[in-house]
Amino acid sequence: MRSKQVKDLTKGTELTDMPVFRAKGLGKSYPGVRANDDVSFHVMPGEIHALLGENGAGKSTLVKMIYGLVRPDDGQMWLGDGAHAPSDPRVARTAGVAMVFQHFSLFDALTVAENIALGMENPPPRRELSARITKVSHDFGLPLNPARRIVTLSAGERQRVEIIRCLLQNPRLLIMDEPTSVLTPQEAELLFATLRKLAAAGTAILYISHKLDEIRSHCDRATILRHGKVVDSCDPRAHSARDLAAMMVGGQMRQIDRSGRQPGAVLLEVRALSQPAPNAEGTALKDIALTLRAGEILGIGGVAGNGQEELLAALSGEVRSTPGTVTLEGADLSATGPEPRRVAGLLSAPEDRLGHAAVPDFSLTENTLLTAGSRKSLVRGGLIDHKAARDYALAVIEGFDVRTPGPHVAARALSGGNLQKFVIGREVMQNPRVLVVNQPTWGVDAGAAASVRQSLLDLARQGAGVIVISQDLDELLELSDRFCALNEGRLSPPVPTDGLTLDRIGLMLGGAHGMEEAHL
Amino acid sequence: MIDPLSVFLLLISASTPILFAALGELVVERAGVLNLGVEGMMITGALAGFAAAYASGNPFLGFLVAALAGATISLLFAALTQVFLANQVASGLALTLFGLGLAAMFGKPFEGVKAPAMPIGPLRINWIVWLGLVMVPVVWWFLNRTRRGLILRGVGENHEAAHALGYDVRLTRLAAIAFGGAMAGVGGAFISIATVLQWTEGMTAGAGWIALAIVVFSNWTAPGVLAGAWLFGGVTVLQLRLQAAGVAVPVQLLSMAPYLATIIVLVAISARQKYSRRAGAAAPGSLGTNFHALR
Repeated sequence: MRSKQVKDLTKGTELTDMPVFRAKGLGKSYPGVRANDDVSFHVMPGEIHALLGENGAGKSTLVKMIYGLVRPDDGQMWLGDGAHAPSDPRVARTAGVAMVFQHFSLFDALTVAENIALGMENPPPRRELSARITKVSHDFGLPLNPARRIVTLSAGERQRVEIIRCLLQNPRLLIMDEPTSVLTPQEAELLFATLRKLAAAGTAILYISHKLDEIRSHCDRATILRHGKVVDSCDPRAHSARDLAAMMVGGQMRQIDRSGRQPGAVLLEVRALSQPAPNAEGTALKDIALTLRAGEILGIGGVAGNGQEELLAALSGEVRSTPGTVTLEGADLSATGPEPRRVAGLLSAPEDRLGHAAVPDFSLTENTLLTAGSRKSLVRGGLIDHKAARDYALAVIEGFDVRTPGPHVAARALSGGNLQKFVIGREVMQNPRVLVVNQPTWGVDAGAAASVRQSLLDLARQGAGVIVISQDLDELLELSDRFCALNEGRLSPPVPTDGLTLDRIGLMLGGAHGMEEAHL
Repeated sequence: MIDPLSVFLLLISASTPILFAALGELVVERAGVLNLGVEGMMITGALAGFAAAYASGNPFLGFLVAALAGATISLLFAALTQVFLANQVASGLALTLFGLGLAAMFGKPFEGVKAPAMPIGPLRINWIVWLGLVMVPVVWWFLNRTRRGLILRGVGENHEAAHALGYDVRLTRLAAIAFGGAMAGVGGAFISIATVLQWTEGMTAGAGWIALAIVVFSNWTAPGVLAGAWLFGGVTVLQLRLQAAGVAVPVQLLSMAPYLATIIVLVAISARQKYSRRAGAAAPGSLGTNFHALR
């Protein structure tokens, strides 16, 4: 049987015309930006309502206002028939708003039960809470052990913790900020099954995502934000992904052009590459083998933490491997570091833009020097040629449509999408023989993602080999000629991308981590 | 001969100043703040406590004043790091230098006078020693079994998440820092009021630094702090006994022994801890980083 808390969820089953949540004329300014301007919308009981928009369109600020993390400058909100003006998240939670965050708001060293207790206003005593977590999580088909520490959990399990934390609050409005970005397709399906059952029980769900297909198949209504304003509201099922993207961007999307590529000679060969895990949280690489031809894009998919970063480090030269494991056009690069590999033509762009691919406090000019110093002759005789570096930074800014006041701006001041365009552009414009990128469009809005992808395709057309490591399966299907799955440090043999379905890929990635569908 | 019980009683007495300071710093660090000013707070407490005990003739009043003085001077650090977001390492070092200098200056009139006698508690052990021992389970219980303790650990582990859930990161840390200051003050006063019975400049002699090391050594747990303090106290008592027995080892080496032993154990343990975050054995996630919320 279900616990009392969960039973209560089913109370408001008769769907009324009264919105669960309404906002009117909401506005919020930060120095130099109008994050939200005159935002009005409402969410009905039992509705899965999508909030769509590019990065920086104001979605996060909007939900933070609903959750009491940010106070609106003007406008009003209502929850049910009462005014909703939470002074902090605890007030919002008491009023019946729950939120699952984009970046997990979990405490790594604490246990599942402790994390959930921190997310509740009046948690029951420890034993009772543990019992309830076990029960509710099983009832929803998201089994959790309350005594486990968060660090030992997978991404999917961590999300379960966040969701169970919300469910125990018995929310009227559940906000989900990009919940599927770390899940396999199967895990995402299970999440949606759970959400639909919650919605059927009368909970209103506000759903933020970049993934248009997901929104089209699961959401009842969509409110579209652009530059902080509501520009449109529609039934996402009645529109194509292309239409929705156009509404978000406010113009036509660029069509991806895959034409004109011929697989040529073998460029990069990796044989029997094994590496121990770099630390306790890392993944060991096990007997990796791959071949990359000129003009080819190889896609490597997998759920985060299955060896993506380790593989990139082994290819970029940050971690050296045993002789004979990494060869570029016949030359053994296994024992060389990143700089000789760059000189040889093997370039890479790691996932973490700020801190790994770019130094946050360096200007863009200085950041070009980090990887383009030798190939672009920006450093001569140990001295920096500042003019050449500046010119190269300008060329990247221009060639990749990086929106910034100029090359003197610090990397951290750029938005995620703009910095990503810069980081990719910095490598692509060096004309590499082989480029390895990890998560090239992670957290990047649709417009910027399309241009990054196109630049990778153009690079391959010019005869370079490209390896794209990504968790975005649509992206891999769109870009790559062959697909491999990375699972617990093992790389599957490549399969041609043509004719590959998402289901098949999901199975290659190792299934759904024992998640079962919710039984409500 | 060395009587084991009397050695043990001496040991827990010798470890008391460090036990207090380290328990306080444990709470501070579990809240995510690295306060390197323990030595400065201890010496402030040592002087203020001694002065109050001397003036009033009541040693317990001395300890109360020491706690207040330690908490007060720690709030200087709190203001710098939590309000003005100054670097915690630099602010903590400054607090140590400031405390040492301040105590040296105001301590001049108290040199050469004697503290009032401490009343003896059960088992012929000082009441403050008992208080220190009681504080170990109290701090453990607070951290692991109370709501406030859970929030404090949450703030120390991931201040962004704690803020996102609506907890006041700054207020929690201010309270933790003040508690750490009060505990360090009592620890310092124990040296001047109950051990040496007089005031000498620089009398804490690095005890604050040992307390900081013990917090790491303890793996950020209260029972671990007790073990670390006893290790240091034990070696201290032992080397004093050896000195008294006239063992043919240079006295400098013997005096060095407690510090050396603590450092060696510390290094051995942290070498093992380095990769064991999975088992939950590691520093709080937000330790030493400042938090600023955008509202």
